Formats: sequence, C-alpha cells, structure tokens
Amino acid sequence: MKAEDHAMRSGIRGFTDRAVTFLAIAATLVVIAPLMAIFAYLVYKGASSLNLDFFTQIPKPPGEAGGGMANAIVGSAVLLALASVIGVPIGIGGGIFLAEFGRGTKLANAIRFTADVLNGVPSIVMGVATYALIVSPHVSWLPFVGHFSAFAGGVALGIMMIPTITRTTEEMLLMVPHAVREAALGLGVPNWRSVMSITLKTASPGIITGCMLAFSRVAGETAPLIFTVLGNSFWSTSLDRPIAALPLQIYVFALSPYDDWHRLAWAGSLVLIVLIVLSVSLVRYVTSRGVLKGNS
Amino acid sequence: MSEIRNSQVNLPPKPIPPVPEPEATGQLAHDSEIRKFLQSRGNSAVADRGFHGLMVLCALSIFGIVVLIATELVLRSNLAWHAFGFKFFFQSETDSYTHLPLFWDPVNGHFSALPFIYGTLVSSFLALLMAVPLAVGVAIFLTEMCPKALRGILAFLTELLAAIPSIIYGVWAVAVLVPLMREYVNPYLSKYLGWSGFFGDDNPTGLGFTSAGIILAIMILPIISSLTREVMLAVPHSQREAVLALGATRWEMIRMGVLRNARIGIVGAIILGLGRALGETMAVTMVIGNTPEIHRSILSNGSSMAAVIANEYAEAVTDLHRSALTEIGLALFIVTIVVNAAARLLVWAVTRGTPARAN
Repeated sequence: MKAEDHAMRSGIRGFTDRAVTFLAIAATLVVIAPLMAIFAYLVYKGASSLNLDFFTQIPKPPGEAGGGMANAIVGSAVLLALASVIGVPIGIGGGIFLAEFGRGTKLANAIRFTADVLNGVPSIVMGVATYALIVSPHVSWLPFVGHFSAFAGGVALGIMMIPTITRTTEEMLLMVPHAVREAALGLGVPNWRSVMSITLKTASPGIITGCMLAFSRVAGETAPLIFTVLGNSFWSTSLDRPIAALPLQIYVFALSPYDDWHRLAWAGSLVLIVLIVLSVSLVRYVTSRGVLKGNS
Repeated sequence: MSEIRNSQVNLPPKPIPPVPEPEATGQLAHDSEIRKFLQSRGNSAVADRGFHGLMVLCALSIFGIVVLIATELVLRSNLAWHAFGFKFFFQSETDSYTHLPLFWDPVNGHFSALPFIYGTLVSSFLALLMAVPLAVGVAIFLTEMCPKALRGILAFLTELLAAIPSIIYGVWAVAVLVPLMREYVNPYLSKYLGWSGFFGDDNPTGLGFTSAGIILAIMILPIISSLTREVMLAVPHSQREAVLALGATRWEMIRMGVLRNARIGIVGAIILGLGRALGETMAVTMVIGNTPEIHRSILSNGSSMAAVIANEYAEAVTDLHRSALTEIGLALFIVTIVVNAAARLLVWAVTRGTPARAN
C-alpha cells in the first residue's frame, strides 16, 4: 500500500469517527428534545389552568366556566389504594420467593421469565381480561361482579403492579449481603423471621421505591379503566359503582370540543406528571445513593 | 448457605437444655431471656414451612394470572371464532352497493381484524424505523462517549421519558403534534413524495399512521436505548481494549468490539420495543384516526388492534361484536407474549454471563 493511500485511508477513518460521534450526539439531542417540549408545554398549559378549584370542584357541564377534577382525584386514590392492597403483598411475596427460596431453581427462573412477559402484556388486554372476569359474568351471590365498578378497575391495576414489584423486590433483596442473613441465622433466628425483619428490612428503602414506581406507573394507566370503571362526573367512593379516574377524565376531556374541558385536561396531565417525576426522582435518589450500606 | 437453612428447617426442635432453677442460682425467673426464646423456638419449623409456602403461592400467582387471562380471552372470543374461524384475520367482504372492501360493520355483523392488524403493523414499523437508529445512537453516546457527569442526568431523563403515561403523550400529540403534521409536515411530504403513492394528500386532519408512528417512536425510544445500553455495558472491557490496541479509531472500536458482540442483545431490545409498540393504546387511539380501512398512503387515517378495543369495547352493540373485539385482544395477547419472550431470551443470552449490574 502506497504512503498517500494510507494517509487518505486514515483520513477517511478519522472523518468517519468524527461523523459517528456527531451523529450520536445529535441523536441524543433529538431524543431529549421531545421530552423538553412535552414538559415545557405541559407546564405552560397546565400551570395556567391549575387552581384551587381543580382540587375541590367536580366538573361543570360543558359551556360553564370553572369546575375541577376533585372527584377524579378521589376516584384515582380509591382505585390506587385497592390496586396497592392487591399488588404490593403478592408482588413482594413473589420477590421474596425469587430471591430467598428459589434462587437458581428452574421454578424461579420460570417465574422470573413469566413476570417479565406479564410486564409486557398490553394494558388494554388486561382491561379486556378484567372485563371478562369481573364485569360481564352474572353471578348474583358474588359482590362487585356483573357490572362496571371501581372494584374491577382496582383489580386490573393491582394485577399490573405485581410483576414490577416482584422484580424490583428480588433485585433489592439480592443486594443484601449474605453475611447479614448468616448472622441472623447464626443467632438462631427462624428463617421466616430472618427474612421478614432482617433481609426485608435492610432492603426496605429499595422495595418501597420499587412499589412507588409501580404505583406511579399504574396511576397513569387509562386503557384498563375504560371498560372496567367507566368513569362518571359525580362524587363516588363506592367500590360497587362506576367511579371517575384522573387519566380517564383527561382522556375524555382532551378529546372533547370544549375549551374549558381542555384546560382541565391540561391541569390533570400536569398533576399526573408531577406525581411521576417525583417518584422517578425518588427511585433514582434512593438507588444511586446506595441505600444498602455495606453492599458487598 | 442453603445447607445451614435446610438443616435448620428439617431438624426436629432441640430439647431444651436443663436450666438450673432460678432459686438455685439466685436469679429472678423473668430475666431468663434465652430460656423464653428457646421455648418459643419449638414451632419455628412449622412457621418456616408455612412462610415458605405462602411465598411460593405469591410467586405461583403470577403463573395463575397469565393462565387466567388466557382462558378468559379464549372463552369470551369463542363466539367470533365459531362464526369466522381463521378467516377473521385475513378476510375482506365486498360491499354489495359500493363494491368497496368491507371489513368492520358492527350493525350488519361483518367483522374482520384485517384493517386493525394492518394499522398496528404499519404504525409499529414506522415507529421502529424512526426509533431504532436514534436509540442505538443514544446508547452509543451514553456508554462510549458521554462525560461521566452528563451520563447520570441523561440516563435519568430517558428513564423519565419511559415513565410518562401514554395518555399524556396522547394529549400532547393531539395539541401539538397533530396540528404540526397537518400544517407543515404532511403537505410537504405529499408534495415532494406524493408520486410514490405512500404519501397521499387526501387526508386534511393531520391524524393517521404517520402521527401514530411518531408518537410511538417517542414512547419506545427509552426502552430500546436503555436495554441497548445494558447489553453494551455487558461487553467486557478487554474486547474494547484489544481492538483499540490494534490501532482502531473509537468508531471502529465500537463497531468491531462492542456492537458486534452485543448485536443479539440489541436485536432483543428492538423486539422488546416492538412488543411495546404493538400493544400501545391510548396515544395511538388519540392520533391514528380510528377508521377501519386499509390505505396504501401512510398519511391516511387507520386504526390499530388496541385502538379499536379501546374505542368500541364499552359500547359493543352485540355479543358477536364484543366477542370479535375480545378475539382481537387475544391475538394481541398471544403476539405480545411471543414477542416479549423472544426478546427476553435474546437479551438474557447476552447479559447472563456478566455479574449483576453494579448500581
């Protein structure tokens, strides 16, 4: 190979290298741009329509100014409370099994895999399944069954929380050093006690943030609620009846032709996103600070 | 470790060693903590087994949920399955008056999933087309080029992007993206690329496959890029050093040392993004236009499998209608399960050799 050939080739190589660097930086900027755009727009639109009424009033009929989403906020709280009651214990239990009892076994691998796959099942399918399971059967002696109800929505959201919580609990428990468990067992503490008050306690900040993450994720879910809780525009906290939910209300209002309702949708979106930013930041803070001191 | 635990579970409760009478040692009865503890220890084997069983039950409930969803969907879609069979997924009847293909007519009981499958595939494909190069670029930047101080912030921002709910993307798309497409992008595309037939100018709404594809791309980007980053981090440093030692530039090092080793995992990440795109509901429902038609132009309105369920399920006219919608849900369920399983296996094949992530 001639000398100038070589020089030219290395020139091209250098150029390609710089071009790729530039492209990678450009790609990152392009990705960050919509996030910034969405945030800026939400804050701009939402902040101007967010006021005390939003948190205290129920929606007004179209054409009347004002009103709020208080019933939807309460409804979301009811749904999320029910979802947490279902999702958190089962999810943490599954995580304990994966990390403490089934480590390395075929059953644990299969469950871990199923949890990951369940995590990827679209939320709309969860909605259809919950409809089929709870809303549509006509069994008179079962409570909550046979009609649209807050209960059905809570169950759908709770099921969606389980895989996330299971996987984060497992990850957090795996970070607890073996020495801690051995010390507990060495003192003659029964295994269940060692798991509940030693291992779980050591990992609890991580597990709580994992639950927060799952919580904030289902807080914004709309698809499984459309045909389970149905939504309404009145005060209701009954589990046995349709109930309003914040994301569902945003969906209905954003697609409506009324400006007042649009404003409420923006304000609701801002409230949702603040909740999510808070929980994601908390998770980040807890995991990056290394809550598990003595992590080996 | 496990031996210690097993022996503890299986051993019969140890006999309590004889403790001298308190009077004899001059101690008071109540301060014998060890004695109390040892007495309570007798039934811990039962408690341990019960606890173990409870945890297994929690874990097995995850299996149970998947099985329950599957059986419910199969049972409820029975009616449509018997009425249409496999033809449901690729039939098209012709309207006797207009001689146009007729796919979805709840009033007269014609149901075919074809336009929804088409819409889901087209919008997801468009999303992947836009998201994959960007996501891989971001992952390369984050793992190989980014200054450490910036890395944390960018990783946090992508995490945030992944956590924003679908509905908020939808609201933003309706208010910002759709007018933007309507006023600027779509006229431009149909003017200069209209000759290809893929960019028709017959849709003045700004809704449609392209808008859905763009919003989907924004939504699946963080998933693909964070997983790609994970598999790239799993490539051992010695690989990079070896290529650099041979005189490679940074890009050549990335191409030969990193991407080549991580490619299976990257494919897995892309498939996982595809799985998310296929099932994405709210944002797509709000921008795709919701017409059960098949058009060649990607600027025209359409519908997707998830969108039609979201739109029509609550107000289904007949049992057959609801059953047909459930069958679409079942198809979506099976497809996403297969896609997710494949993706997990691929990512797992790359990352399993490496030690647990240091975080």
